Amino acid sequence: MSAASPAAKPSAPLEPVAARIWRRFTPAQRIGRFAAYLAAVIAIVWSFRQVEVIPEFLWDAPAQTADLFKRMWPIDWAYYPKGVHAALIETFHIATLGTLLSLILGFPVALLAARNITRSATLNWFAQFLLVSSRSVNSLIWALLFVAIFGPGAIAGVLAIGFRSIGFVGKLLAEAFEEARPGPIEALTATGAPPLSVLSKGYWPQVEPSFWSVALFRWDINIRESAILGLVGAGGIGVALDSALNNLYWDQVGLILLVIFGIVIVTEFVTSFIRSRII
Amino acid sequence: MSAALPAPSASPREAFLPNWPRRAGFVALALYTLYALSTLEITWARFVRGLDQGAKFLDRLWPPNFAPDKVAMMTEGMVESIQIAILATAVGIILSLPIGLMSARNLVPAWLSWIGRIIIALCRSFHPMIVAILFVKAVGFGALAGILALIISSIGFIAKLFAEAIEEMSMKQVEAVRATGASWLNVLIMGVLPQVIARFVGFSAYQLDSNLRNSTMVGIVGGGGIGATLFTAYQRFDYDYVMTILLAIIAIIMVSEIVSGWLRKVFQ
Repeated sequence: MSAASPAAKPSAPLEPVAARIWRRFTPAQRIGRFAAYLAAVIAIVWSFRQVEVIPEFLWDAPAQTADLFKRMWPIDWAYYPKGVHAALIETFHIATLGTLLSLILGFPVALLAARNITRSATLNWFAQFLLVSSRSVNSLIWALLFVAIFGPGAIAGVLAIGFRSIGFVGKLLAEAFEEARPGPIEALTATGAPPLSVLSKGYWPQVEPSFWSVALFRWDINIRESAILGLVGAGGIGVALDSALNNLYWDQVGLILLVIFGIVIVTEFVTSFIRSRII
Repeated sequence: MSAALPAPSASPREAFLPNWPRRAGFVALALYTLYALSTLEITWARFVRGLDQGAKFLDRLWPPNFAPDKVAMMTEGMVESIQIAILATAVGIILSLPIGLMSARNLVPAWLSWIGRIIIALCRSFHPMIVAILFVKAVGFGALAGILALIISSIGFIAKLFAEAIEEMSMKQVEAVRATGASWLNVLIMGVLPQVIARFVGFSAYQLDSNLRNSTMVGIVGGGGIGATLFTAYQRFDYDYVMTILLAIIAIIMVSEIVSGWLRKVFQ
């Protein structure tokens, strides 16, 4: 960040006020940054030297890529009504139901996590723990666990999407609750309103816009995620993708990828439309 | 609205008037949920049977298997996952700088920003697992496919947010540096970067976390790392070993969250 400034050409013999060295960062900051750079370089060099890359595979990569597209090319459109359409609808259901489930389960956890609603540090901490553990497990791992429990199929997908999203929904909702202005809440409490009324008439109107935008945001992510859950057997279009890959039917793979691309684009349009019109 | 105010006693005003379109929306949502549940064949009986199965499953997950050969195999896979994440993040950051810059509409001409935006949109459109499938076909099984797939998703995330950060920054400092006659590169280094570098480090640290999560998964489709070991153990019903790997993954992710929090603090 230190560009060498060109030496100032002395045009007039002005006496310098004082020979002070101006620095942007304190010594501690500089040491911290240096340590971070050093650690990054060491990590990158270590990874680069250790990681196993087989150069023979790399040399024929262009040929393999060309082969990939050649095999995909006459895309097998006839397969869409047979094997893709139902799976696509199922993917949509999985994403939507999973999002609903995460909203239902995430809402009480968010209430517990919001420090201005639940005034108990232990309960706050417990809710945070639930949220963090939901987030730190990838949705594919959630899917593996639920496939082992409920067997392959959409139910595992819905639960995987739902449980993975609790952390996201709950964290953002808890933040929205904590940002709610205390004025209306105090006014309601002053009238002697019971806690449920304070929640529904004091907090909810303030939190509602962010609730819907969080739901919409997560739904958008979940559509993408539910498209791959089928790789581990949790239903949706991923199952079709997995079997096409295993059979090396690349023309079907091409079709499925195009369909996934299409649904992602459509979702993007729908969410941005809803966001601009309704929320 | 133009008429005189109604007499207060004429009709008692109701607080919180019912919002019929909204209620209709909720009813529609509830009907959809029932319909979707019925098409997915999610029934209560199946759920209850699953709970029974789940108890057996949990019983087999615990205790985790810490046999030395298993732990050695797991360590090897985990180390490869970490390497994949580090290399993908490093290359992703390096590529995101120019791509993010060329997508920022306030610094470059419109046609160039469109090219940048299209690159970003392409990188974002597929889940990293799907990109990994394509790269496994292109460059073969192994870590390289995983690295390339995660580079793509890193560009999609970092470059997009970097471009947005540049578009939100104050142009005054840029104009001030420009007014001194600085070259384009100097404007960038002195006017633009100091304003956005903290946020850039923030996105990059977040992406390091995200890449680490995904690098434990790309192995399922052949992209290297612990995912292959995990999936094999899962398919062989080695559930106690699955538990060992899951615990290791969660531990690594928590460590990486601490590291990225520290990075963010250093560069704030």
